[in-house]
Formats: sequence, structure tokens, C-alpha cells
Amino acid sequence: MEPRHSAGAEPVLRLDGITITFGDLVANDDISFDLSKGEIVALLGENGAGKTTLMNILFGHYVADTGTVEAFGTRLPPGDPAAALQAGIGMVHQHFTLADQLTVLENIILGTESLFAPGQQRRAAREKIRRLSADFGLEVDTDALISDLSVGERQRVEILKALYRDVRILILDEPTAVLTPSETEALFRTLKKLVEKGLSIIFISHKLYEVLAISDRILVLRGGRLAGTLQSAGTNRAELAALMVGDKVEETEFTSGSPGGTVFCLKNITTLHRPGRPALQDVSLDLRAGEITGLAGVSGNGQATLSAIIEGRETPQQGGIEIEGMSVRQWSPRAALGRNIGRIPEDRHAIGMIDDMNIVENVISEAYASPRFARYGILDMKAGRAFAEEIIRDYDVKCPSPDIRARLLSGGNMQKLILGRALDGDPGIILANQPTRGLDIGAVSYVHKRLIEARDRGAAILLISEDLDEVRALSDRIVVISKGRLSEPSGRGELSVRELGELMAGHGFADEGSHAA
Amino acid sequence: MRLEAKKAPGLAQAILYPAGAIFATLVIASVLVTLAGASPFDVFYLVLKGAAGSQFAIIETLTRATPLIFTGLAVAVAFRAKLWNIGAEAQLYVGGVVTVVLGTGTLQLPAAILMPVIIACVLLGGALLLLGPAFLKIRFGVDEVVTTLLLNFIVLLFVSMLLEGVLKDPMGLGWPQSKRVIAEAQLPRLITGKRLHFGFVLALAAAFITWFIMKKSVLGYEMRAVGHNPEAAGFAGIPVRKVLIKTALLSGGLAALAGYSEVAGLKGNLTLDLSPGFGYTGIVVAMLAMLNPLGVVASAIFIAGIFVGADAMSRATGVPSYIAQVMVATALLTMVTAIMLSRYRIRWR
Repeated sequence: MEPRHSAGAEPVLRLDGITITFGDLVANDDISFDLSKGEIVALLGENGAGKTTLMNILFGHYVADTGTVEAFGTRLPPGDPAAALQAGIGMVHQHFTLADQLTVLENIILGTESLFAPGQQRRAAREKIRRLSADFGLEVDTDALISDLSVGERQRVEILKALYRDVRILILDEPTAVLTPSETEALFRTLKKLVEKGLSIIFISHKLYEVLAISDRILVLRGGRLAGTLQSAGTNRAELAALMVGDKVEETEFTSGSPGGTVFCLKNITTLHRPGRPALQDVSLDLRAGEITGLAGVSGNGQATLSAIIEGRETPQQGGIEIEGMSVRQWSPRAALGRNIGRIPEDRHAIGMIDDMNIVENVISEAYASPRFARYGILDMKAGRAFAEEIIRDYDVKCPSPDIRARLLSGGNMQKLILGRALDGDPGIILANQPTRGLDIGAVSYVHKRLIEARDRGAAILLISEDLDEVRALSDRIVVISKGRLSEPSGRGELSVRELGELMAGHGFADEGSHAA
Repeated sequence: MRLEAKKAPGLAQAILYPAGAIFATLVIASVLVTLAGASPFDVFYLVLKGAAGSQFAIIETLTRATPLIFTGLAVAVAFRAKLWNIGAEAQLYVGGVVTVVLGTGTLQLPAAILMPVIIACVLLGGALLLLGPAFLKIRFGVDEVVTTLLLNFIVLLFVSMLLEGVLKDPMGLGWPQSKRVIAEAQLPRLITGKRLHFGFVLALAAAFITWFIMKKSVLGYEMRAVGHNPEAAGFAGIPVRKVLIKTALLSGGLAALAGYSEVAGLKGNLTLDLSPGFGYTGIVVAMLAMLNPLGVVASAIFIAGIFVGADAMSRATGVPSYIAQVMVATALLTMVTAIMLSRYRIRWR
């Protein structure tokens, strides 16, 4: 048996034998643990390991097949989110649940009082929020609109929202995914203060160094099972990684590329600001044959717009695109495909695949009108099927048949199909936007291997990723994006994590301020 | 309560789900029949007998099904691409107007030339009518449900104006009706002396051609892709707007054929009561067929049977024939539920 936590106090939360299945998938398999007062427990695991499912059970969003949840000695009725809230359990979701057009104060008190609250109550609420933010270092302007706040500030509002409801147990789901390194440090300081005051925290993450830095105890989930429980003080990254992944990790072998000439070029691109998407400001970027250029940055700093432009879904308001030295006039997804750009989009379900169409229909979608798949306006489904079978074989896609709907595939298998479709015909330019998000380790290293192979046969690759480790592991050259601006490219290993973090936070841009007007 | 995606329904299920929906409809209708003071079994038996119990009944049902096949196809095509064409009624009337404008002696041509010319112009007329809403949707994001629905009233009033004005038959004793189409423009009867006409054959051909387009052609693939996920379709290089325009043209043309076939095949002239809501009923027909063009034929005959049978039943029992309207409307609701159940499994937890 793994060592239990040291404190002898009665646990504030106890999960016992939680099991839940979705169809054939065992999402949580007999998971038990407890949480003590003033403790930070990290829930570590790959995407798909069952972390979020477990928390959804704890919260009453899902009902476990078997197992019980106890908070402060009383059993929580399954499937009743209100009971979890009542028991003092609060959660800060990865994707914030704030109303953009309301103020911080309104968001925090939303749902806790009647709509027609007299001013007296508002004042009391304001006072309570002021006290909470002073106590825990969560400074934020209570009268600011959410839409005007930075991501880090929004997260503070989420935490305040939970504290305002007097939570005793706080769950944070991947809280650092959207934060810069310095914002992360501030968050950690706050969390330490919270546990000093007697709160208990569950911290969900897949980043090893973070869970080591913040938690007292680490629960490692793997494939829905509890792979191990470790005291943070007595473990290290290697041990955690081994537990998390199970069998030995096959690190992607990186060999430097041999860059050739520039094949793709963005010249002084500027876009209009739209809600939720920062504008690109005078962005220029060269992609060279046989080279992986990594684009690092915190989510929401213009990556989506940049990616949409390269994919052909958007045309910049100013600036131009040059391919092989020729300026591009007509730009569309079809034009991008015609210029031999292989595209791996960020969101598999929203734009990468048509979930309700079958595998054959999905793999031919970028070339359905070509003579290869159609003649006289009639589709040649035999050719389509052969192509699907080829991808399924070459990319090791696990599926019962090419006739099933894409919706029924796992994320990794769906990504392999997209990869097969994008890399078909050996594209000279490849855009890979978050190509490994949500994939298990095996699939990640597979995708990495394929990208490096493509580079070695001369493709120019732009790798966009919010995972700095991935960018550093795979790129010949790194560019950082922050608030719609690009940093100067740096060579592989030239900048430290710290220095890249500074750039991601928006410091040290050569043209800082000059484009404010 | 949660919804879980299921595997694509097989052929057995594609039949099972509509059957279940129809059964549920009958159960619900029987409550109303009981309230009306009749025995549900008697009533349903009489409906069935009235719809298929004799040669006359069968011919009447197929005649009634003919316009429903066209409007059902129009809706099925549009809905497949998530273009919500609620305006088949208006497109039907445009088809009728074009038929009488060209077919009442304006063009003096042999039948072999006149008929294709009229059909081409009817297709064009219906297509152009839906082009407006499609353009507004694509260009300005105007909801086509609203525009196509409202166009129904506009077109009906417009037809009323025409029938009181330029299209009014001078020999019509003052009734708002058009002149009769000339012999060369008439669709022949399939059986001499019976009402079933060549329009039914055209409808079957249209169903087969539409099925072929949807299932086998590049256009059909594009329409399905756009219908399932326009974002992803656009990403893959499918010209979403062009596809929507093509869908609108096809759908509007098919609906207009309903008006053509009613005027040239059955009525002989255009009146304001050309359609007792065939355009709206087409929505039920298409949904019941799960948007499958071949299924549309079966569901159109089924729905037509309910209407025809209910008329006969009503004469025998005194239960109002409005029960048919209730059944058709209920069938839409149960079918929509069945379609959802065919794609998702409900987990009560």
C-alpha cells in the first residue's frame, strides 16, 4: 500500500471505489483517495486518464456506476451538483464560466442573491470580496467588465467566486494552461495562502514540474486507474513520468534539420481586432524548407488568427502571403490546398473532421473534386475507400471499418486520420496547430515522428503549440507570439525557458509600444 | 439525463424508427378519436380502407401523393444541407403560375417540345424564388426560416392578384381562376378515365434522380458536408456558399414541379386552392423519410393515404377529418424524436 498522507486529521473529502464506464471505455476504475484539511493534492495524468471524469463525479455531474463520495463525514447524494456546492466544494474550470458583459462584482454574486437585491446587500458583498482579495492576494477591480480583464485576472475572479461561496474544498482544473510563467507563480502563492487558512485543494494538471512545486501529495491517474500515490517531497519527475505513462516513454529522437530556401512567407500582416481574438500586428514570418519553426505562446494571443490565415480561412486586412517567392492574390482553403499546404487544424471536431460523416467521406474531403476521387461529377467511392484503407494501414488507425462515423473514433485515431489526409501528396508546407493536444503519449510521439520525417524530406513546417516543452523539443527555430506580435526567431536552445516565458508574457519585444497607435 | 452518440443506423433501424414513430402517432391519435366518441380500431380500419381498400382508393392516394413527393423531395434536399426551406408552398404556386402563363395558349408548340419547355421554366421559376432567401442568408445572415415562411403569404397574395387580374379567365364566370391549359401542355392520365396522371411518374423519376445526386454525386457530397458542419466543410475547401446556392436552386425547382404537376396533370387550371398545404406537409414527408429521397416516395404515399382515408372515414363515422391533420402534425413530432433516438442513446444518470 502506498504511504498515506501524514496528517492524522479526519479527511474532509473521501472518494471510495469510484468506477464509471462509457460504453466500452472504463473512464474511472475503482479509484479511492481522501483529502485532508489544509492539503494540496495534485491529480496528475495524461489527457484522457480520467481526471476530469472523476471531478465530474465528485461534483454530481456524472453518476458513478459504483463508489461513494463523502464530504466532511456525510455522503453526497450522487448526481446532485447542488449538494456538492452545499457541502462547500468549488471548482475553477479550465474554460472559465464568466459572463463577459457583466462586472467582476456581478459575476461573483451571480446566482447567490435575488435579482432585485437592494444596495445594502451589494455593499456587503463588495466588502466581503474586498476582504477576500486582500487576504489571499487576489487583487482585481470589482467594477471592471470581465471582457476587459486579462486571462490571469479572470482566473482570479473565478477563484474569488468560489471563495465568496465559502468553499472549503477548491478544485482547479488545469489552472496554469492559460497562464504565463509569472502568473503561474502568483497563482501558486495564492494557493499556499488558501491552504494556510484551512482550505483543501485538488490541483489537476498534466505538467510534472508544477505538481511537484505546489502539491503535498500526488495522485497519478493512468488509463482511468490510480497508478500511484506519492508524497511530493519524496519523488521526482522521472518517477512521476514513468507512473503516468506506464511503459517506458519513447522520447522523440530529435536531429537538426538542414534548412533550405524560404518557401512560405507572411509579410507585415495586420488584422482587425475581433471580440475574443487579438489582432495580429505587423506579423512577418518566413518558413524554410526542411525546418520546423515552433510558435510558442500562451493561448489566445493571436495563434488562432495566424493559423486561420495560413489555412486559407481568413484573408489578412493588410500585408501579404508569398509562396515560393510569388505573391498570393486569391486566398482560400482551396487555394491553400492548391499550393500544397498540408494543414492540421487546432480543433479536430469543429473543423478538422465532419463528425457525422464516415471515415471515407472525411479523408477525401480535401480532394473530393479531383480526378482521383470524382469523374463527371460522380464520386468514385472505391477510390475513396482505398485511400481511407491506405491511411488506416499506414497510420495505424484503430477502427472497425472505414464506414463508421468519425465521431466514434478516439482523439488520437482522429488525429492520425487528419495527419494522413494532410500529409498525403507530400506537402511542401505544413501547418501543425496543436497537433498533439489531447493525445496519449504514444500518439504524441507518433505525430512528432511523422512531422520530423516530413521535415527531413524537405517540408517547411510551422508548429503552433501552447505546450512550451513540445515546441522546445521539436523546433529548429522558435518564435514567440504575444498579444498579436511575433518575437525575433531564436535558434534551437538559444533561449532558456525563463527567457521564453518573459517573451510569452509580452516583455522584451523590440517594437514594444510602437504599434500601440 | 445525457445523450450518447450511437453508431450510424443500419437499414433495419432506418425502417424501425419511422415505424415506431408512426405507431406512437396512432396511439396519440386514438386518444383523440376516443374523445370524439368513436372506437380507434374502427376509425383506423376505415382510414386504411379509405386509403387502400379499393382500386379507386389506391388511385386517389397515389394522386394525392404526387405533389407531396415533389415537396417532400424539395424539403429533403434543402434540409440535408441545413437550408431550412419552409417555403415549398410558395414555390409550388410559382410552378403553377409559370405553367398557366406558358401553357394556356401563349406558346403554340407540339407537346413534345412544349412540355420540356414548360418544365424547364417551372424549375427555373421555383429555383429563382428560393434564390432570394438563400442570397439573404449567405450575404447578410438573414434567417431563411423567416424569409421562406413569409414568402408563402406574399406569393399566395400575389397569385390572388394575378387571378383577379391578368391571369383571370374571361370565360370563368367571375371566379378567380386561370384559363385551362391547352391539350399540348396537359400531362396524360395513366389510366383512362381515372385521376392518376403522368405527374406521378415524373415524381418517381425526380425521386430517383434526387437520390442519385444526394448519394453518388460530388454535389450531394458537398451538400451533406455543408449540412453536417459548414465550418469543417469550408476548412476542407468545399465552397460552402456556392453549395447553398445550388441547394436552393434544386430545392426550389423540385417544389415548383409540384405546382406544375397539379395544374398540368390534375386540375387543368390555376386556382387559389391549388394546394391544401402540400408545401408544409412536405416537411413532414421529408422528416418521416429521414431525408432519404427514395424514402420520400413511401412517406408521401403514407401521408396521402392518411388524408384520403380520413376523408372516407369521416363520412362514415362523423369523426372530423381534421384528425388527419392532427395525425400528420403528431407524426412530425414523433419522427423528430425518433431521429434523435436513432443517433443518440439516452442515459438517465
